[in-house]
Amino acid sequence: MSDRASVLYDIPGPKAKRLNLIISVLFGIALAALVWWVLSILASKDQLESAKWSPFLEGQNWTTYLLPGLWATLQAAVVSVIIALPIGALLGIARLSEHAWLRWPAGVVVEFFRSIPVIILMLFAFQLWFAVLGVSSPFAAVVIGLVLYNGSVLAEVVRAGILAVPRGQTEAALAIGLNKAQLMTIVLLPQAVTTMLPAVVSQLVVIVKDTALGGILVGYVELRRAANTSASFYGNLLPTYVVVALIYIVINMSLSTSSQYLERRLRTRGGGGRMVKIDDAAQNDLMAARQRVEVVGVPGVDEVR
Amino acid sequence: MDFSFLSDPRYDVIGAFWLTVQLTFWSAIGSFILGVLLAAMRVSPVPLMRRFGGGFVNVMRNIPLTLIIIMMSQVIANQLGVRLATREAGVNPQAFLDNQNFRLAVVGFILYTSTFVCEAIRSGINTVPAGQAEAARAIGLTFTQVLGIVVLPQAIRAVIAPLGSVLIALTKNTTVASAIGVAEAAVLMNTLIENEADKFTAVFLVIAAGFIILTLPTGLLFGALAERNAVKR
Repeated sequence: MSDRASVLYDIPGPKAKRLNLIISVLFGIALAALVWWVLSILASKDQLESAKWSPFLEGQNWTTYLLPGLWATLQAAVVSVIIALPIGALLGIARLSEHAWLRWPAGVVVEFFRSIPVIILMLFAFQLWFAVLGVSSPFAAVVIGLVLYNGSVLAEVVRAGILAVPRGQTEAALAIGLNKAQLMTIVLLPQAVTTMLPAVVSQLVVIVKDTALGGILVGYVELRRAANTSASFYGNLLPTYVVVALIYIVINMSLSTSSQYLERRLRTRGGGGRMVKIDDAAQNDLMAARQRVEVVGVPGVDEVR
Repeated sequence: MDFSFLSDPRYDVIGAFWLTVQLTFWSAIGSFILGVLLAAMRVSPVPLMRRFGGGFVNVMRNIPLTLIIIMMSQVIANQLGVRLATREAGVNPQAFLDNQNFRLAVVGFILYTSTFVCEAIRSGINTVPAGQAEAARAIGLTFTQVLGIVVLPQAIRAVIAPLGSVLIALTKNTTVASAIGVAEAAVLMNTLIENEADKFTAVFLVIAAGFIILTLPTGLLFGALAERNAVKR
């Protein structure tokens, strides 16, 4: 990205360097003024007192509120991923089926659950669970909501991953007499998994963030909600939310970093080079997913044509 | 299935979805403007601006939207006393709260969504051939001119479809405003489920249909726009 961005401007000469310096200084002053303004507001509202921040040095605050909350968040995220992955794989493969009776329902399911907000799915799952089993379970509601939504998104990732395997692979597999099931399990899926892995890991970031939705209406005590209880106990709402935000940033940035690492590693290894990347902003759009899939022309096949 | 709650005057389905549309509309405009500014910062020749843009994006999009929206209300408004609406004496205080929470939610959505707009536009900048920027520099355009006249117009045309996805995601994300009591579709569904617990499947289908009606045309429209405006190369 950075090597391309530099195309936008020349290597600065003396005049441009001076201009850049002036802009840097002005922008820096503006930023510093903003920080100063925020800090002075915080100070005037007594938010910077050590009493507000010291609860984070107490082990009890962590063991009673924050760590159980974090555990609940990770639990919901991990369980959702474990259930959503196979469902996503099945739906993704079903959408590629040559039987219309399998392809169409899978397509409808995927498109339906992708266009509905996760909170709505959670609310429905909460009520459904209660109606069927007679007990209310916020955890089940959160997991079902996340599985329905992310299963559909992962279905698109899987589909895009399989489509990204060069067509020559399919042709070669069929030519040596493999049947459809063998083609999928021996040839296409193993190759698709490596291209899909980074997209799956970045979907994890979305799932971790979306667990926080469970704290709003269905009453799942995840990190944000647990922290809220802690904040009302210690009377330090602002510091608590800042710490919670930092925890989320650390978790999600390490997930993103590992996704980028995987992407680099898989790309530089032999046979890589075709990446499926569906970022969370674009995940809703089939068009975007399709655009990102590059089916690389296979030498010797496309040339003959 | 019993859909009788639709004609019950207690539940304003159209009104709730109208609020969803309004939240989406104002947030979309704000996010686009802030997103373009952030993208411009991230590719600018000034290192401090690049770093600020990068830092802002990485912080904002790694925090759950729920946390941002609740912080807007509980921390920014309640604790720090920031007011986004005026409170008039003698007027129903609920009207002030409704206005205030609506605006706080919009600001929260803008802060969060603009980072996705920024990243989409940045990837659009990458699709513009290097020769375009080089030619623009060769005829003596400054950085702002290269970006504003030559590169950004092509970049934005290239990312219309992804921006449509961001808009769809934003439409669905407005349900998070239920966390601070903005009476949009998710709050309505919650109320309906509490009062009409036996009809929860019908309630779910109505709300789901509402979101499909909102998001489906958006996707189709942006798909068509993307095709029409694609830069022929």
